[in-house]
Amino acid sequence: MARINSAAQLEKVRKDIVLKKDPNKPCIAICGGIGCLGGREDLIRAFEKEIKKQKLEGKVDVRVTGCHGFCAQGPNIVIYPEEICYTKVKPEDAQQIISETVVGKTIVDRLVYIDPNTGEKAVHQSEIPFYKKQVRNILGMNPKIDPKSIDDYLAIGGYSSLAKALLEMKPQEVLEEVKKANLRGRGGGGFPAGLKWETARNAPAELKYVICNGHEGEPGAYMDRAIFQGNPHLIIEGLIIGGYAIGAKQGFIYTRHDMPRLRENIDIALEAAREHGFIGNDILGSGFDFDIEVHLDVGIFVSGEASALMRSIEGKAPEPRPKYTRTAVKGIWERPSNLNNVETWANVPQIIGKGADWYLGIGSEGSKGTKMISLSGNIVNSGVVEVPFGTSLKEIVYDIGGGIPNGKKLKAIHFGAAMGGSLPAELIDTPLDFDVMSKLGAAIGAGGLFVMDEDTSMVEMNRFFLEFLADESCGKCVPCREGIRQMLRILTRMSMGKGKEGDIEALEELCEVGSLASLCALGKTTSSPIYSSLRYFRNEYEASIEDKGCTV
Amino acid sequence: MSDILLTIDGKEVRAKEGMTVLNAAQSSGIFIPTLCHHEKLEPYGGCRICTVEVESRGRTNYVASCLYPVEKNLVVRTRSEKIDKIRKVLIELLLAHAPDSPQLLEMAKEYGAKSVRFGKEPSFCVLCGLCVRYCAEVKKKNAIAFVDQGPKREINFIPEIASKECWNCKECFPLCPTSYLQAAYVLTQGLVGFKNS
Amino acid sequence: MDNRRIDEIINKYDGKPNSVIMVLMDIQHENKWLPREVLEKVSNKLGVPLSEVLHIATFYKTFSLKPQGRHEVHVCTGTSCHQRGSAKILEKVQDLIGIKPGETTPDLRFSLEKGSCLGCCTLGPEIVVDGMHHSNITPDDVEAILKNYK
Repeated sequence: MARINSAAQLEKVRKDIVLKKDPNKPCIAICGGIGCLGGREDLIRAFEKEIKKQKLEGKVDVRVTGCHGFCAQGPNIVIYPEEICYTKVKPEDAQQIISETVVGKTIVDRLVYIDPNTGEKAVHQSEIPFYKKQVRNILGMNPKIDPKSIDDYLAIGGYSSLAKALLEMKPQEVLEEVKKANLRGRGGGGFPAGLKWETARNAPAELKYVICNGHEGEPGAYMDRAIFQGNPHLIIEGLIIGGYAIGAKQGFIYTRHDMPRLRENIDIALEAAREHGFIGNDILGSGFDFDIEVHLDVGIFVSGEASALMRSIEGKAPEPRPKYTRTAVKGIWERPSNLNNVETWANVPQIIGKGADWYLGIGSEGSKGTKMISLSGNIVNSGVVEVPFGTSLKEIVYDIGGGIPNGKKLKAIHFGAAMGGSLPAELIDTPLDFDVMSKLGAAIGAGGLFVMDEDTSMVEMNRFFLEFLADESCGKCVPCREGIRQMLRILTRMSMGKGKEGDIEALEELCEVGSLASLCALGKTTSSPIYSSLRYFRNEYEASIEDKGCTV
Repeated sequence: MSDILLTIDGKEVRAKEGMTVLNAAQSSGIFIPTLCHHEKLEPYGGCRICTVEVESRGRTNYVASCLYPVEKNLVVRTRSEKIDKIRKVLIELLLAHAPDSPQLLEMAKEYGAKSVRFGKEPSFCVLCGLCVRYCAEVKKKNAIAFVDQGPKREINFIPEIASKECWNCKECFPLCPTSYLQAAYVLTQGLVGFKNS
Repeated sequence: MDNRRIDEIINKYDGKPNSVIMVLMDIQHENKWLPREVLEKVSNKLGVPLSEVLHIATFYKTFSLKPQGRHEVHVCTGTSCHQRGSAKILEKVQDLIGIKPGETTPDLRFSLEKGSCLGCCTLGPEIVVDGMHHSNITPDDVEAILKNYK
């Protein structure tokens, strides 16, 4: 493929790809997400074998895609052009699916999803309650594209936002558009991305960097890898646009080392983007140069903290450094470094492509656009969902998530894992909103929504979070290292019903000192889950004090 | 370059661009307690004992004064109820490791910290890192390393280097606020069998 | 691991000091652990003090400073797997192979690791052996699964 040098060329290439595609050619889109395949390839191989066996080579495509979202019913497949959905598909189903559905155009009833509440069959994604209430502006692309094929991405209009930004807009205008859209960082804090970009843009320096944080170390959060593995060009396109707006010529992708398929898709995408001239010198004939380098985490949660991540790109042990000077001003090698997470970058192409006004029409007052959420814990439909901000937690947990399994009652909804907070079941009508939730003590964090049923002990859960943090923190500063050590001791005895008089007060004091005096964001927020559970479930802590004679 | 004016504990202080709040305080005779700080070493920000209250652009923050850069019109308080509480708890956490450290005991007296607040921890080391950093930054020998992470973090002598470099140096010994460093050295010596001189 | 191969890896990154993490990761990937002399060699070649190399090698969980077993058993103890009973799975694995997380059996058959959510919460609780996920299991399933790995 020769490189593309103008917007007109890009449009021509796109048209050619679409023309060459036969819209009626059957295609079996197999979800290649880890929740569906679990590291196995046998489902894919079974379909490939069956196509050969039935002499349909070249007549039926198999497309291994990114996550479709409905992990609980995986492995999921969608058969095009009719867009028929089958759930819980096994390798031994391949023969029947190909002969009856792909060739025979009939439905295999036993593989169709049945709504457990109504008993109705749902043949298409749009009829399945799990998908029905979602707005899948980002995730919706996943089943339609092969992440290894840049053509698939170009066919749905990929890189046209980049062309628009580079060829029709000044960097300042791109920045203004993102600011106007009020895009807020999806990695945890909800900080306005446009303001961060502006800080980096205005910082006086020759060399600047943009970084895509794909570390996603928060347990139970797996939406970033769903979109990154399933649609890597989307993130790359966002990152290049960000580089242009900020004035950075170098981008870094920081991603997980333990997901070979994810890394492979990113590498293939970068190479294809380079061949097409979306990365490199004089991108699309605009005169703008930009390159991207991939770095891998090596397995510790704290390395996802912005300043620690930057140290590890420098090749040093990822100990956070105090951010009295923001990394947007002094980051990697003391140069302005703008870091956003995968989902934030994934939002950029649509903001530029469709405009800030379109984007402002989605979401709540202060939180715009959609949010990807991963559902885990005691919930029927675990998986990755995408909803507009402002959607109530009730809709997410019940209408989309299918409620609590085994007839149990909901106890709490937890966001942000070990650095987040829990809301009690009574607050289920709370809207998904950065500001509302953070006021209630359960900041959205990266977007892992963890459901706890009535059997959960909040004291034990918080002990578990501290155990996680003990394994995943750096240990440089005293309030975090020693605070975690002592709080873990206290919660361990409390979870066995052997708390001592004064333990709750000691926890509160350690939480306060940790949140005020720790060096980095991880240390400052280790206390958040304890704070929030003391706020809503204090009686459980009190009941864990031995002297008071009762246990949970 | 023009001087920067800031206020520390109500006193107007003149500082140079690039100085930290701790530098500025020390240069005008205002005392801020420290543990992991050493004038010959890069600021580290590990112990957080030097935490102070700063007011800047209408917001109050708690920052490590050894790292926080001076800025125009900054208002700094080196003592307050909250600061004292932070220091008290930090000292108590460290006393769980080194209940006999004279330096810690002296600070404990000032801030009302109790040495029995938290259960005794087996390691004496408070991980101030003075030894590791002094060896790396001043002596450029790198004979001591931080190893592991989180609450498992510790300091280790590297026998290959320590056996050659340490016997006639030992400049880090008096820096240690506890008795751990010497113990670690003797232990490494015993395990690996290199000589003292 | 032979010296030539280590040189090749180091050269792949132009011998830049900031490549130390990537170099160690490549070596770990091929050799499954980082012997002391390899760390010394990396330190010399890249001009990064051994103390810094050790700090990095002990900081990240992916690096092992001891030989690893033929099969890597990973018990996910992420929040969701924990909620669904991973502690009992881990206990069972420990009982069966007689080691704790971070350890390797004396016959080098298994190394055991815990933690790190792999983002397939639907499959939990699960154990992953050599990258293969065994999902939605109970402690009673563990023995049959491990039997397949000699």
